[in-house]
Amino acid sequence: MIKGYEVVVGLEIHAELNTKTKIYCSCRNSFGLEVNTQVCPICLGMPGTLPTLNEKVVEYAIKMGHALNCSINRICKQDRKNYFYPDLPKSYQISQADIPLCHDGYLDVIMDGGEIKRIGVERIHIEEDAGKLLHSDKFDGSLVDFNRCGVPLIEIVSRPDMRSSAEAKAYLETVRSILKYIDISDCKMQEGSIRCDVNVSVHKPGEPFGTRCEMKNVNSFSAAVRGIDYEANRQIEILEAGGEVVQETRRWDDQKGMSVSMRSKEDAQDYRYFPEPDLLTIVVPEEKVRELKETLPELPNAKIMRYVRDFGLSHSDAAMIVDVVEKSAFFESCIAAGCKSPKLLSNWVLGEISKFMNEGTAISDTKLTPEKLSELIGLIADGKISTAAAKTVFDIIVRENRDIASIIEEKGLAQVSDQTALEAIADSVLAENEKSVSDYKAGKTNALGYLVGQCMKASKGKANPGAMKEIILKKIGG
Amino acid sequence: MELYEYSASELSGMLSKREISSVELTKSVLKRADDTEPKIDAYLRIDPEMSLKMAENADKLIASGEASSRLAGIPVGIKDNISTRGIPTTCASKMLENYVPVFNATVVDKLVSAGCVISGKLNMDEFAMGSSTETSYFKTTKNPFDLSCVPGGSSGGSAAAVSSGSAVVALGSDTGGSIRQPASLCGIVGLKPTYGSVSRYGLVAFASSLDQIGPFGRTVRDVALLQDEIQGRDPMDATSAQRSYTSLFDSIDGNIKGLKIGIPKEYFGKGIKPEVAKSVTDSVERLKSLGAEVMPISLPSTDYALSAYYIIACAEASSNLARFDGVKYGYRAKDCDGLIDMYEKTRSEGFGREVKRRIMLGTFVLSSGYFDAYYKKAKLLQKRIQREFADAFGSVDVIITPTSPSEAFKIGDRISDPLSMYAADICTVTVNIAGLPAVSVPCGYSSEGLPYGMQIIGRKFDEKTVLNTALAHENAFGGFRRPEL
Repeated sequence: MIKGYEVVVGLEIHAELNTKTKIYCSCRNSFGLEVNTQVCPICLGMPGTLPTLNEKVVEYAIKMGHALNCSINRICKQDRKNYFYPDLPKSYQISQADIPLCHDGYLDVIMDGGEIKRIGVERIHIEEDAGKLLHSDKFDGSLVDFNRCGVPLIEIVSRPDMRSSAEAKAYLETVRSILKYIDISDCKMQEGSIRCDVNVSVHKPGEPFGTRCEMKNVNSFSAAVRGIDYEANRQIEILEAGGEVVQETRRWDDQKGMSVSMRSKEDAQDYRYFPEPDLLTIVVPEEKVRELKETLPELPNAKIMRYVRDFGLSHSDAAMIVDVVEKSAFFESCIAAGCKSPKLLSNWVLGEISKFMNEGTAISDTKLTPEKLSELIGLIADGKISTAAAKTVFDIIVRENRDIASIIEEKGLAQVSDQTALEAIADSVLAENEKSVSDYKAGKTNALGYLVGQCMKASKGKANPGAMKEIILKKIGG
Repeated sequence: MELYEYSASELSGMLSKREISSVELTKSVLKRADDTEPKIDAYLRIDPEMSLKMAENADKLIASGEASSRLAGIPVGIKDNISTRGIPTTCASKMLENYVPVFNATVVDKLVSAGCVISGKLNMDEFAMGSSTETSYFKTTKNPFDLSCVPGGSSGGSAAAVSSGSAVVALGSDTGGSIRQPASLCGIVGLKPTYGSVSRYGLVAFASSLDQIGPFGRTVRDVALLQDEIQGRDPMDATSAQRSYTSLFDSIDGNIKGLKIGIPKEYFGKGIKPEVAKSVTDSVERLKSLGAEVMPISLPSTDYALSAYYIIACAEASSNLARFDGVKYGYRAKDCDGLIDMYEKTRSEGFGREVKRRIMLGTFVLSSGYFDAYYKKAKLLQKRIQREFADAFGSVDVIITPTSPSEAFKIGDRISDPLSMYAADICTVTVNIAGLPAVSVPCGYSSEGLPYGMQIIGRKFDEKTVLNTALAHENAFGGFRRPEL
């Protein structure tokens, strides 16, 4: 609710599918290659060429349909959407109009507080991507890169079920996460492999929905949040000033943080959809639909809930691990390798492992194995090695395929838990820090931490901090 | 007798026995073209050097004993809307005047690997829209039987070339009659195969759900030979049918004893010239005397077929021809003020009147608010027409009608009256709408010596019965009558 208005948001997500080849020809489907090299007469729409459907695209879309609890139209068609633009070589896009492959599903989104919000999914359909216009300083005009022509897309259309930009963000993130888990899209926003259009309206609670505006050119999830908030506020201001919201398509300018009108409802293009005569009716056998459902992996929400339930992780930690497929896969491999403490493991995955992953190194690029990390965590849990020493070991086993025991031996990292040795350290530290001892006795309890820290330092980090603390407490009479 | 005068079936035997060479034959055909082209204007492009090179290769292929096709060494003319790698493919349009494809149509690949010789690219109505070749941007082809008459269209160049001897056989395309009507007007045989039996890959689309490439020949057997070569499933064309194809040439013998022929009354009344109707009726009598049974049938939706056809065909054309926008290839207008202006000028200047008329009609019938009233209704009608044919084929084996309501008309007579031009397709469009095979064979001549054509329509994928009936008729009626030039 903003200023007494309820915000209503619907989203259209376009996700490029990561099939090996394009949707209607055998050109490679890959991003970032030299312009106009991944093209053929078919995706260039040269006269006389014909499309033939890549069946993988249908399978991928049905997988997403299952993941979003949709009904599947086993029998459906493809349609032509006609419009002129230089990046569209045939001057029509092959898409699906009135009969989408998947329809009437929903997605349960877990909000930050852990509450679940159900968002309706109206439809998912398949279509082809267009090329890209390029501009150069050296050339006065536009250039076209057709590499992206014919890259397969699914469009996922939600129902207007979101009531805030936060819900929209959570929905977008969950959809992205699912796309990654079922491995049908690379989901790289910066490469444009996932894009969205946002529909926003506002109304007073109890009143009917307001007039909606569609916003295009939303290129990141954070831009979606900014765009929705901007648009909701813009509409509220209009209404508060006694005006009326006009149904229109607007363009989001993320740099300026504002949207500008592109075209009104009256100027809306007539795409003159009609059934694509060059392609046959899509008929997916019932067994295939079932098989695709059965092969679906555990989806991210289920995973998060399982991590919370079975491993006692916090919801936010579980969500952060699950957000990255490789982290979650590694986490689960460690559990399978017998890791004793899932909570410690979670800290390591979100700490040290995330650190190098954020720098662009994948776990698979390192020498780290689930067995090694599990062994290391076992040593920490058993008090055989301190966390600080474990980090030293970790840094080595990330780079080298080495035996942990030999590293500990070589670097002398074994934790000292021997009572006599620890007492000797404590005695000397206490003797050198009389002031702190008296502070502690005078009630300044944080002096204890300082003293333990000094002992750890004196032991070069090898002392078992728990045991050390107990000894000091005993000696200074805690 | 000159080599160009022989039928492909005869030439095939002479070539395989090495009585003649493909080079000799090709030279004869090229020489014939030299003589006739100034009068006929069938070709848009002849490249003697290329043709002779292909003929030399064919001779080598035949000499090596590796020629697997009966058409090896035979010159074939190709309609200019069928994509030929390295050879301009203009669709007889200013829009594609300088367009050179980088790929071959599947049918061209098949002919080339069979060892055929391409005799040249043939004139047509612009983008196959027309029934006279008069909408060609480049020139109007003349009817070999009367140079002041049209050869029919849109494959008028193909029909005129085969009729006049500047090609032995030729490929055309048929969306609403574009093979059968010019075959009829030029006194030769033309087959529109079942939709899906010949790959459309590389055929510049006019109306994708109706277009079909097919053969022209002076004899039924020649048409069977060429159809044998081009038919078959093509993975590049999703609408091509997955089934087994057998040789038509080998399976026709002209025996039609017991054949059941249906005569639909709707095709012999209003709009059909009585002389044409009579010539067809006489031919049916001939077939009857050969042992066929003839029975009257009714195809009641015929009256609506022309409207349904022009709605569906124009709708698809408006979308298919949208790619000619000046961005990637073909004509681009000069001195444009921005993108929209470039689109408008390019398409206004690059397309001729008939093409623009059909694009506008098609755009209109697909527009929101009109889609249901036109396109959707036309598609319903298409279903009904298909059902009526299917019902009829429950009791008959072939259906016979005139091909064209009249013999060839004068150049200039109808070009400014589109409705009278569209009426030339009245007997043929239903076949495309129903996706059936049909052949046109010469069945009579007017008092001025202009040919009449008879259309034989068959069941889906039953080209065999269609051509067998045509062969029986050809045997009884006499073969191709050469025009005097």
